[in-house]
Amino acid sequence: MGFALVIPTLLLLIGVEVFRAGWPAFKAFGLTFFTSSAWDPVNGNFGAAPAVYGTIVSSILALIIATPLAVGVAIFLSEFAPNWIRQPIAFFVDLLAAIPSVVYGLWGVLVLVPFIRAHVMPFVKDTLHLGDFPLFSGAAYGPSMFAAGCILAIMILPYISAVTREVLRAVPRSQREAALALGATRWEMIWDAVLPYARSGILGGVILGLGRAIGETMAVTMVIGNRHELSASLFQPGYTMASLIANEFAEATNDLHVSSLMAVGAGLFIVTVIVNVIARWLVWRTARTGAT
Amino acid sequence: MAGLADGADGRDMTTQSLTAQRRAAWRSYRDQLAKSTARTLSRRRFVSQMMIGLTFLAALIAVLPLTLIVFHLLRQGLSSVNLDFFTHMPKPTGDVGGGMANAIVGTGMLVLIASVLGLPVGIFAGLYLAEQRGARLATVVRFLSDVLNGLPSIVLGIFAWGLLVRPFRHFSALAGGMALAAMMIPLVTRTTEEMIRLVPVSMREAALALGYTKWRTSLSIVLRTAMPGIVTGALLAVARIAGETAPLIFTAFGNSFWSVSPTQPIAALPMQIYFYATAPYDDWHAQAWAGALVLLGLVLVISVAARFATRSRAGLGSD
Repeated sequence: MGFALVIPTLLLLIGVEVFRAGWPAFKAFGLTFFTSSAWDPVNGNFGAAPAVYGTIVSSILALIIATPLAVGVAIFLSEFAPNWIRQPIAFFVDLLAAIPSVVYGLWGVLVLVPFIRAHVMPFVKDTLHLGDFPLFSGAAYGPSMFAAGCILAIMILPYISAVTREVLRAVPRSQREAALALGATRWEMIWDAVLPYARSGILGGVILGLGRAIGETMAVTMVIGNRHELSASLFQPGYTMASLIANEFAEATNDLHVSSLMAVGAGLFIVTVIVNVIARWLVWRTARTGAT
Repeated sequence: MAGLADGADGRDMTTQSLTAQRRAAWRSYRDQLAKSTARTLSRRRFVSQMMIGLTFLAALIAVLPLTLIVFHLLRQGLSSVNLDFFTHMPKPTGDVGGGMANAIVGTGMLVLIASVLGLPVGIFAGLYLAEQRGARLATVVRFLSDVLNGLPSIVLGIFAWGLLVRPFRHFSALAGGMALAAMMIPLVTRTTEEMIRLVPVSMREAALALGYTKWRTSLSIVLRTAMPGIVTGALLAVARIAGETAPLIFTAFGNSFWSVSPTQPIAALPMQIYFYATAPYDDWHAQAWAGALVLLGLVLVISVAARFATRSRAGLGSD
């Protein structure tokens, strides 16, 4: 059964390949590669800080939007929904995960971004008078960190919700029955007795969603605006590590440019491996203890 | 209210003795609930109803994007989807019409290459994982397969680029197929493993009792019984990789001409959508919508069909 060994080998090869190819950039810039915001292909000076920052901000924004929704959906589907409504909604939410990233991107750039530019940004700036607040300052172009966060939120929602449903299903019945028997309302049963039980598994699902958000490429590339700049404002264009690679790799001019992009890829590799290991461990732990 | 689940080891409360700590937590929870007066009780009921309503609202909001996306795709794309779209080559901007014949065939070609490379590995790895359930190596491989599944597709793209594009100094369908295969392997491995686990132990035992060797039982009894489910899993994986763009842009690269050669750059539907969507021309946007509609249709038909097939299969297998 040597075929099974292909998987570890493949993973190892991928790691070795991206690190080997990114090595010249690490050697040239050291750790400042991830803290410098220079990106000058002509003079060969590279720093990935804006992309790293953009990855972190867009992913966290996506989690903030998606987590309550996804957990809410999962609770509704597994605890409250009558059968006739559970099946179609579960089906539609699952389908969200099947939509190709480029279709999200197309919809994002031609529908969501114009909508944000025409309605959301003026609303926040003019109606709520938050234009001077650093998070929302600057000109309203449309393509922005905020748009990326929204599209990512839609994309990771089915993953978080699927894991949460699985974890909720693993909570023993007696836990629910005990709470109800003591006179808890249905919501108190969820909040006091079920969610504490499922906590670490849900956290695992959220981290799994984080992994997806960090690595998501096409949809983000199409709506984030692709600009090498550190800006606190969510309404400004930015970059993520994945979109940086997607956008510049095919046109990379010299070896150091390619190597720098590979180094960004190596960073992405490490981060997603760590995130996935943590997430799988959390989910596995909960699913195992609740295997009844 | 903390502690109701602390120290719970997952076994049903009725089949184990509660820890003292947990028992105390439940006692104080009971006392707290019992303190409720008529007024607080009606407030608690109200809060409960409201929160249940909110979870329903969350479900509605979650379904909204899918509805909107499908709505826009149909409205913008349907008018450009016609026979020409499937049979003609792309036209330069300004010329109305044209199709994506080369991109559709290119996607087919890439999926074929990925399947040839990825399916055998995935299926046999899954067979191994299911047969060696408890083995230490199997646990490690299963875990790593999940990790591989979580890698961003763009990383697989630069990997395939370094392996197959850089040394040969030109883009190729093979490199693109290789990147997609790396995506496909963990998906197929896990579904295969699950499908094989559904095969009743009695079938395996019957084969062994008849004198079949262990590996022959695996291949001609277990694998064959699970085959319909495995095909379903493979279809789901195909649906997933057919829509991938990121690993292709610097491996398969795209091609505005007709090509089915594995060693040449090749067009793909998702890439074509990406190029058209990010270009500033309205007629290209229309083509992008049409392409996205066709791609989504393709992906949804495959995955929905596969899902329904699995559902009925899973029902049979658990008898």
